[in-house]
Amino acid sequence: MALLELQNVHTYYGKIHALKGISMTVEKGEIVTLIGSNGAGKSTTLRTISGLLKPRQGQVLFNGKRIDTLPPHEIVKLGIAQSPEGRRIFPRLTVLENLEMGAFLYNTRSPEYQADLDRVLTLFPRLRERVSQKGGTLSGGEQQMLAIGRALMTRPQVLLLDEPSMGLAPVLVEQIFEIIQTINQQGTTVLLVEQNALQALSIAHRGYVLQSGEIVLEDTAANLRDNEMVQKAYLGLE
Amino acid sequence: MAVDATVAPTTARRSLGEVLGVVFGPVGQLLAFIVGSAVSLALIVVVLAFILSPTQPDIMQRVVIILPQVIIDGLVRGFLFATIALGYTMVYGVLEFINFAHGEIFMIGGVVGATVSFLLVSTGTLESIPPLVFVLLVILVAMAFCGMLAVTVERVAYRPLRGAPRLVPLISAIGMSLILQDLARLVMTSTPLGFNARYQTPNFGQPIQLFTMQLGDRSVPVILSPRDLIFIVAATIMLVVLNYVVNATKLGKAIRATAQDMPTASLMGIDVNRIVALTFLIGGALGGAAGALFGLRIGTVNPYMGLIPGLKAFTAAVLGGIGNITGAMVGGVVLGFLEAFVAAYLSIFTAGNFSGAAYADVAAFSILILLLIFRPSGLLGEATTQKV
Repeated sequence: MALLELQNVHTYYGKIHALKGISMTVEKGEIVTLIGSNGAGKSTTLRTISGLLKPRQGQVLFNGKRIDTLPPHEIVKLGIAQSPEGRRIFPRLTVLENLEMGAFLYNTRSPEYQADLDRVLTLFPRLRERVSQKGGTLSGGEQQMLAIGRALMTRPQVLLLDEPSMGLAPVLVEQIFEIIQTINQQGTTVLLVEQNALQALSIAHRGYVLQSGEIVLEDTAANLRDNEMVQKAYLGLE
Repeated sequence: MAVDATVAPTTARRSLGEVLGVVFGPVGQLLAFIVGSAVSLALIVVVLAFILSPTQPDIMQRVVIILPQVIIDGLVRGFLFATIALGYTMVYGVLEFINFAHGEIFMIGGVVGATVSFLLVSTGTLESIPPLVFVLLVILVAMAFCGMLAVTVERVAYRPLRGAPRLVPLISAIGMSLILQDLARLVMTSTPLGFNARYQTPNFGQPIQLFTMQLGDRSVPVILSPRDLIFIVAATIMLVVLNYVVNATKLGKAIRATAQDMPTASLMGIDVNRIVALTFLIGGALGGAAGALFGLRIGTVNPYMGLIPGLKAFTAAVLGGIGNITGAMVGGVVLGFLEAFVAAYLSIFTAGNFSGAAYADVAAFSILILLLIFRPSGLLGEATTQKV
């Protein structure tokens, strides 16, 4: 049984048919990437999994249990965390308070919380220097680290990452992807949405290619990298 | 980007100093605005009196004699507006919507207080209970009743309209305001309370003489009535507690997170509907307590007494920067002082041509209009929202 499974999911924005029957699986321990151009439905897929959007048809299963009828805060409780597109840091809370919000479901006086906090601040040493700074004053890269760290504080089994490389300097992109690999090796399953297909496919185990709301290709990351259509459309290779 | 080994491990537990800092930072800001408004307005009237003194020799004395009393009056009005304004601003912060029924929550707080007082009178126990117990009783009953009422109003009249265009919940709020007014009127006129319900209290004792002012050969006592003192103390406690809850507790941080970004807050596991209900509960409880204290101070309540204080508190919330909790307190205090000074001094400076008490409302709403023209974001408001 897959850890996370989408079965023929259709999601709409009003009358706009954004996802036209998405079916995909994420196995425990994997990094799975969802690549595609702007407006292909990548973020919509993640928002449907995390419950911010409700599918009009089809279902989302987590550990074999249907979750698409639950509100977002219940889905987080089950173990799915999302680092949203555009980072969405709480601008007027400090870095520490942002992380504390990630641990909203847990007792922040417990040693487990302390351990989670240490783990995140070890993954992102930059955040340790900025703990008492307001989230809105961080640079784009630091905000991205905070968004991922905040999602980790919810103790997820699956981490949904929406465009973690967006707007970052190339050297930072490199770093973020290394950290994503580390997080995965520490035992968290990752579903990664990226426009930077080359980077995403270099760390992922498997991938899906999304085009205007439909999955057009699915394969191992290595095969996708060698696929002619993927190379032309998403990797910028001739 | 090496890890600095000397950086102490970051803990979630805060030292007492930090907690005091986050709680009393805003309170200090409020205190600065209280002192600032009192001093600058006092300076203005003294300078005006000095300018006019060649033509009216006694004006300086007339101005100075009432000055301490005006400052106390300003403080009481200011705390009244501040406690009501918090309800507007907290709800606006989370839902970006003006809850126009909040003035009626305030009124019902007064009616609940009067009812408690009436029940005590009719059972003959009013004079036998200690004044402090009476005050605590009316405040707590009004807070509980109005908090629950505000939550119910949200559940019935606003939550079903959450996704609707902005004007729709606004109209619903105006409707709710009329319904609450008429319900209160119906209940009051069909019970022994009556339309103008008396709000009897135990004897609070003699006015307290703070100090005596020496003006030439005259000594003028500066007095504080016990009812004003009760109002000031109760409001101060509520404002400090609210600051603690909002700034130093996890639930308070969740309220702020929800206000800043509701969908993202829900991704943290925060049940945003519960947070919205909680903001209505807190705002309603504060409004209810303000109503109970206001009624206690003036001695009578009626179903329409919420309209003007409600509108002024809304002005105060906008003045401070709507959505900003410290701003609502600051705005309330500044507005209260301005109004008190206009009410007391307008007739003195216009040689009795304009009655200050009658024009105090004009002053309050003129400030709202001027502010909307020159500084729409308010005293402490942010220039624009930072949403990308």
